[in-house]
Amino acid sequence: MAPGDPASVPAPEPLLEVRDLVKHFPLTQGVLFKKQVGAVKAVDGISFDLHRGETLGIVGESGCGKSTVARMLVGLERPTAGQIRYRGQDITRLSGRALKAVRRNIQMVFQDPYTSLNPRMTVGDIIGEPYEIHPEVAPRGDRRRKVQELLEVVGLNPEFINRYPHQFSGGQRQRIGIARGLALRPEIIVADEPVSALDVSVQAQVVNLLARLQSDFDISYVFIAHDLSVVRHISDRVAVMYLGRIAETGTGEQIYDHPTHPYTQALLSAVPVPDPEAREHRERILLTGDVPSPAHPPSGCRFRTRCWKAQELCAQVEPPLEVPTEFRESTGPAHHPSACHFAEERRVVPDA
Amino acid sequence: MTNGGVRHGEPLLDVRDLRVEFRTRDGVARAVNGVSYTVAAGQTLAVLGESGSGKSVTAQAVMGILDSPPGFVTGGEILFQGRDLLKLGKEERRKVRGARMAMIFQDALSSLNPVLTVGAQLGEMFEVHEGMSRKKARGRAVELMERVGIPAARERVGDYPHQFSGGMRQRIMIAMALALRPDLIIADEPTTALDVTVQAQVMDLLAELQREFTMGLILITHDLGVVADVADTIAVMYAGRIVETAPVHQLYKAPAHPYTRGLLESIPRLGHKGRELYAIKGLPPNLTAIPPGCAFHPRCPLARDICRTDPPPLYEAGPDRASACHFWRETLDGGKEIFDGAR
Repeated sequence: MAPGDPASVPAPEPLLEVRDLVKHFPLTQGVLFKKQVGAVKAVDGISFDLHRGETLGIVGESGCGKSTVARMLVGLERPTAGQIRYRGQDITRLSGRALKAVRRNIQMVFQDPYTSLNPRMTVGDIIGEPYEIHPEVAPRGDRRRKVQELLEVVGLNPEFINRYPHQFSGGQRQRIGIARGLALRPEIIVADEPVSALDVSVQAQVVNLLARLQSDFDISYVFIAHDLSVVRHISDRVAVMYLGRIAETGTGEQIYDHPTHPYTQALLSAVPVPDPEAREHRERILLTGDVPSPAHPPSGCRFRTRCWKAQELCAQVEPPLEVPTEFRESTGPAHHPSACHFAEERRVVPDA
Repeated sequence: MTNGGVRHGEPLLDVRDLRVEFRTRDGVARAVNGVSYTVAAGQTLAVLGESGSGKSVTAQAVMGILDSPPGFVTGGEILFQGRDLLKLGKEERRKVRGARMAMIFQDALSSLNPVLTVGAQLGEMFEVHEGMSRKKARGRAVELMERVGIPAARERVGDYPHQFSGGMRQRIMIAMALALRPDLIIADEPTTALDVTVQAQVMDLLAELQREFTMGLILITHDLGVVADVADTIAVMYAGRIVETAPVHQLYKAPAHPYTRGLLESIPRLGHKGRELYAIKGLPPNLTAIPPGCAFHPRCPLARDICRTDPPPLYEAGPDRASACHFWRETLDGGKEIFDGAR
């Protein structure tokens, strides 16, 4: 992504700079002598910045690589190539003590509040576990009090500290997961589909909680989700991913109200709108077929096999992620990076 | 095509005061507490609710696939084409299921047999129910796969379920449900597991086939967006009861139950970056201890004394509309300020 996005630079120095990040998972054949026969190109060269106190939303369909990006950011997966610079330092090359120190500041909240909490541990142990690894944050005698504070911060009763995960509902469990993510007072929280598993009425509670915590503790979020409405609600900037690449990126307004990439337009037009009247006046772009396998992405533009605009050029030349030529002079909202040879503005979301 | 002699518009399914409970170690969970609805041929009824609202259990009772024990139908009638299904014997019930009514589930991968080819699974329907030869059944399977939009159906008929993508598997599920030309389809969260772009394709296919065969369709979902796209009528469920029914446009424009209103207010919209979302406070009730009076009262911004003691009946709230709220008129007229105030 070109960092020169005038509307959205809250701080001069980005907290996190991701450059040409790549993750390939090898495909092997044979049992004893494993021979690499190919690779699943889950993430194939993406770049973005994250500033202090802002939320970057990453949207895309299953298999687009968004969760792999999340896992690399928190160090659960080692990148095949590329850099993740935190405060100017490339953390992909770190190990040992230095890595541990960085990880303290980048925490993760997982999607599934059922499988991401150990059923044999009490809530107090789950939320306090980060302190075992980073004892400098909270001295032993202080931990119980800290955990109770955290429970209160996420809106749970501090007396629940000795209960087990199964005694809580899905929404409450997600709050426990968030409290654990907050325990070390990180600067960055990577949230991978944090509200997808929750019921609608509970989802709003958790979204509001995340927004409140951001302003209280000045946290930056990388918010990954497939639900475009939730992402718009919570994000300052949005990146749309397709098959391991970023297709288009910009502010919420630029992406949702002035999309220029055909994939973004199709994605937005497919979102079911909870208003039957708005729906009758909107344009639907129905894509044909499925997302191709990331083991064999199409040549040139990866979206071309499903794109109604595709031409010869698209199969030969991969479009770079930059402000398209036709909008370079413009100062309007269409002036944002979009990886399409034939980018044009098209409004697909009806006015609220 | 046969349609069981039912013409467009006549009630096909008439569920009356259905009650279902689950007898568990922790007590009796009252999952469905007097649900009534009708579906006509060619009509789409959406049943909207959160987890534990009883929307799927009601459908399972209609299909006759309730896990029993622990689940028991304890009251009510399920009239399908004029016959009470609850009074039928096991064998008769089995004939109705599959041939006259069919179900589509959320998770196609676990609903299909992983060790049989899709052609064999589709063809089996014709071999068992219509006594067709294997070869002829295979031919029908290919036709069906073509009809639901599977590319290169002839080549793929010998493939196994795992070789298809999620969207294609859901199409195969739809093909299986349609195979015997049922009069009623029950689709339980049919697109929840799919990506948005694929979701739209599958929903369109379902709606198109429903029109073509004038089937009744019950669409069970938690997604207010999906419902708005396809339903004629919506029934909103909460704690095992229908709390509001209305034609789709009216429900979205002016909900007559505070729960519906809260749901609509609490979803983020695509069209704007919101500030704080309205959030319904608290949690859905535990079905072994449903609050007395109106089950929604502990979470309701309008609740008053009467709500804590008297369960509200389904009040008529206009033509084709009903709301189980003592203060439905207030919700319909001026609820907005109350909700803004509660924000």
